[in-house]
Amino acid sequence: MLTVETLCRLHVSASFELHSGECIALQGASGVGKSLLLRAIADLDPNEGILKLDGVLRESMPAPVWRKKVTYVAAEPGWWAETVQEHFPAWGEAIPLVGRLGLPVECGTWDIRRLSTGEKQRLGLVRALLLDSRVLLLDEPTSALDGKSTKIVESMIADRASLGTSIIWSTHDGAQAQRVGTRLFVMSGGRIEELPP
Amino acid sequence: MTYIQLSYGDLVLPALLVVMNGVLSIALHLRLEKQLAIATARMFIQLVLVGYVLTFLFATVSPFWTALAAVVMVLFASREIVARQKRRLMGVWTYGLGAACTLMAAGTVTIFSLITQLHPDPWYHPRYALPLLGMILGNTMTGIGLGLDVLTNGLVRERAAVEAHLALGATRYQALLPVIRDALRSGFMPTINGMAAIGLVSLPGMMTGQILAGVEPADAVKYQLLIMFLIAGGTGLGTLAAVIGGGYRLTDHRHRLRLDRISSERTT
Repeated sequence: MLTVETLCRLHVSASFELHSGECIALQGASGVGKSLLLRAIADLDPNEGILKLDGVLRESMPAPVWRKKVTYVAAEPGWWAETVQEHFPAWGEAIPLVGRLGLPVECGTWDIRRLSTGEKQRLGLVRALLLDSRVLLLDEPTSALDGKSTKIVESMIADRASLGTSIIWSTHDGAQAQRVGTRLFVMSGGRIEELPP
Repeated sequence: MTYIQLSYGDLVLPALLVVMNGVLSIALHLRLEKQLAIATARMFIQLVLVGYVLTFLFATVSPFWTALAAVVMVLFASREIVARQKRRLMGVWTYGLGAACTLMAAGTVTIFSLITQLHPDPWYHPRYALPLLGMILGNTMTGIGLGLDVLTNGLVRERAAVEAHLALGATRYQALLPVIRDALRSGFMPTINGMAAIGLVSLPGMMTGQILAGVEPADAVKYQLLIMFLIAGGTGLGTLAAVIGGGYRLTDHRHRLRLDRISSERTT
């Protein structure tokens, strides 16, 4: 499904294949380059290498189209408008996911500035899930969440994976990596290594 | 049309007002006396020199010398644009974008007014072309400088928001739009405020100059209105071109934000 060959961004380099419905849990110390790798796959920073989705070269499609299929979700998602619902093409479609993540339905009209870090993280995830991407690149998606919300997020992502969406999930938490990952990767010195199952 | 001519001797008494400022600075320990002296000397030398230059240009009425004077004015304007920015575009874009947009906007509007309204003979007559260009240039420069400053600072500050939008499949123009809007507003505001206050809060320098030179106030007003329309057009055109150009430069063909093309914040 997603083929990454000799991807290179600064000190980070990687080659691997990600199949439909797989979830790669990516571990590594802070600053080792996990975010750089995910951002390079999403083509958010200049990088070199061959990336294909279902055999189609990344460069053969416009970058916005690629990013709708291979979507990066930052640990601290950004916001460009004043209220929550302005960040969603159709707020009505987001409501079931928002409710499942324990947020009130009326949060659509809330000012972004009143959201906590955890609320922003959950809403950032909902925003990306609505795209129905083929690949989700999750950068520490539960770093600001409590145990209960973390479990809900893990369950939602597992549901997506069961429908064929592929995931790369960056995490510091070894136990979480074991729970969510169908494959385990460790990054060290900018290179990734797959751990045996 | 008559006017009261001044000799350099007539300027001695008014110059004492500047000396008074210097005395105040010394008495109140403002430490401005040196800057004041340098600024006064620069003003005097620059204006006297430009007087001789304009006398030469008006006597020759040469397209080459007129164009050269215009280019020199644009180059000084682009230097001012760069000097007013906290963060600068790198490489040839540092001066190139401001100079190109200033030349395009101020040049277009000046030529437009010369050809369609003023009809001097020849059309590039420096007596009309250069004062018009100078007034349009000053305001266009301010608009472009402000617009670019807000654009670069806004993109650095709103990086997470812009990249979140890009990550969700937005094009570079969709993602940059909120910052571009802010930059355009900032660039346009001085001109809009100036137009709203003119005549009530301030009498513009050109109109005052014409009245002192013996022109009927009603005629001076018409000239001033023409100038204000040209300034508004030039500022709008130049700011739009510079902000769109800056946005284009700070992204790439793969719709990525390229803040590596801005130099780091200047410490002043």
